[in-house]
Amino acid sequence: MPKDFLKGVRDRYDVVVIGSGLAGLTAANTLARAGYSVLLLEHHYQLGGMATWFKRRHGHIFDISLHGFPYGMVKSCRKYWTQEIADSIVQLKGIRFENPQFSLWTTFNREDFTRILTERFGIPRETVVAFFDAARRMNFYDDQHTTTREFFEQFFPGRDDVVRLLMEPITYANGSSLEDPAITYGIVFSNFMSKGVFTFRGGTDQLIRLMRAEMERNGVEIRIRSLVERIEVDAQRRVRAVWANGRRIACRAVVSNANLKQTILELVGEQHLDRDFVDETRAVRLNSSSCQVYIALKPGDGFDYVGDLLFHSEHRGFDFDAMLSRNISSRTFSFYYPDIRPGSDRYLIVSSTNARYEDWAHLSPEEYRRSKQDLIDTTLDCLEQYVPDIRRRADHVEASTPCTFQRYTRHWRGASFGTKFEGLKVSKELPQQVPGLFHAGSVGIIMSGWLGAVNYGVIVANEVDKYLTPAPVRV
Amino acid sequence: MTRDQIRQVILDILAKIAPDEDLSNLKDDVPFSEQMELDSMDFLDIVMELRKGYRIQIPEEDYQHLTTMESTVTYLEPLLKDVESPAKPAG
Ligand SMILES: Cc1cc2nc3c(=O)[nH]c(=O)nc-3n(C[C@H](O)[C@H](O)[C@H](O)COP(=O)(O)OP(=O)(O)OC[C@H]3O[C@@H](n4cnc5c(N)ncnc54)[C@H](O)[C@@H]3O)c2cc1C
Repeated sequence: MPKDFLKGVRDRYDVVVIGSGLAGLTAANTLARAGYSVLLLEHHYQLGGMATWFKRRHGHIFDISLHGFPYGMVKSCRKYWTQEIADSIVQLKGIRFENPQFSLWTTFNREDFTRILTERFGIPRETVVAFFDAARRMNFYDDQHTTTREFFEQFFPGRDDVVRLLMEPITYANGSSLEDPAITYGIVFSNFMSKGVFTFRGGTDQLIRLMRAEMERNGVEIRIRSLVERIEVDAQRRVRAVWANGRRIACRAVVSNANLKQTILELVGEQHLDRDFVDETRAVRLNSSSCQVYIALKPGDGFDYVGDLLFHSEHRGFDFDAMLSRNISSRTFSFYYPDIRPGSDRYLIVSSTNARYEDWAHLSPEEYRRSKQDLIDTTLDCLEQYVPDIRRRADHVEASTPCTFQRYTRHWRGASFGTKFEGLKVSKELPQQVPGLFHAGSVGIIMSGWLGAVNYGVIVANEVDKYLTPAPVRV
Repeated sequence: MTRDQIRQVILDILAKIAPDEDLSNLKDDVPFSEQMELDSMDFLDIVMELRKGYRIQIPEEDYQHLTTMESTVTYLEPLLKDVESPAKPAG
């Protein structure tokens, strides 16, 4: 008989959380702390969703999405997780750009960018101040029609090089383009600019281990290898239960950390929803996907400090389509030194590129294998200029594609960063369609990335708590 | 609870949200956001703590009342008038 991964699970919980991405984990923890009984179900054999890692022979550990996040994570981890987690967050000071237009190092914060924009790019200081202030003032309730392209054009007309400096890192961070609303840019960019780029000392595995321990202290019931197949609603469309691994588990509320569109169209099913809402959900655009190449040096070998995060491009100017193309001309290298995992002696490199699902999904097995090998070869060729003789020194090299991301996280089209902006509205309105059903996961660009996902988990937990707390008796 | 007791409840919540801030000189008639670094997530925390501790529901459109200590206490006073003040932790 197959192993029963739901062994010991009760028949009823206050809340079932579907998926253990950072939003799912944070919602589960917040609700358990508030006193609810919480069951967390994850289909994969590991918690974390995109915040994940894998181990290879000779003890190499590769992080998938630990390239950098804004300082705001320190505060969010302290408030919604533990002081110990917050204390492990450290700054990455060496952010590099190497492209045909410029070559520079920066700490990627407002002060240093002001220096670069005025001294290197010759932009008047008042313009730079006005730009930063305008970006920082932006919030969700502002005008959503101005595009990022128009926003840049207001401050830096005709300055393709400035746009590249300001946009390239954000495109890597969340897949957004110049056509996305300026507010999504302003919010994410300002988050980073407040203090720079940060990482988690100990690696993603340590973070998730600490989060798991904290959830267990707060009484969250956690199950891996448990695929939720369906969310059951009654005739009034209220949430009644979830079905996982063929078993029914009753609950008062569900938080789905699964992809927004799949939550609505597959797990609930359109027959239970208003036609307009279904249409609106269908129209939500998924964000792009990614390819990565993972390279570990032989144990004992290392390289001199070449920076932490390097935005490399051979393309002239900022070009979103070129960044997504399989004909890769732009890559982000993350260099991992031993101090990221205290006690380790390993040097690793992860190269990331934005990618389109359709470029990879329809290849024959042979073409797929060849394309992956080509991705590895061109990446190593490019890396040679930063880490000489890399081919000979590499101990382990492998690649992932949009198909890989789809397989492990079940996101349609391997979407790396959730949905485009319109997804946020659908996510927020879902509980009006199906009382008791909430979505918490990367949506709307601003709610993606590690910080966005953690904070959205809290925002949604607050909504769930509101829903489950009976109104007080007023005299 | 009296106004003073409500004020103390809010101070305790703020101390939890922003442990590095010195709250002893907090001015009751000046917006919180001008005296300490509070973002929208922090306001959400205040609302969640009040719900958890006292079961009061603060709808989003009422968040505007939580600007200063004075306006917050005034807003909460009728909601908390029949609620016992939390027992001071021993020690
Ligand atoms: C290559 C790459 C690099 C990135 N780099 C960074 C970075 O440097 N910094 C940063 O801040 N962000 C980065 N991100 C983005 C960041 O990782 C994500 O935005 C964030 O982790 C998403 O969290 P989430 O809560 O939305 O859920 P996800 O991580 O998408 O997790 C959803 C979870 O739900 C589970 N699930 C889905 N359906 C079901 C089901 N039916 N039953 C059970 N479980 C289910 C999935 O298995 C998964 O575990 C990167 C992303 C990628 C892909």
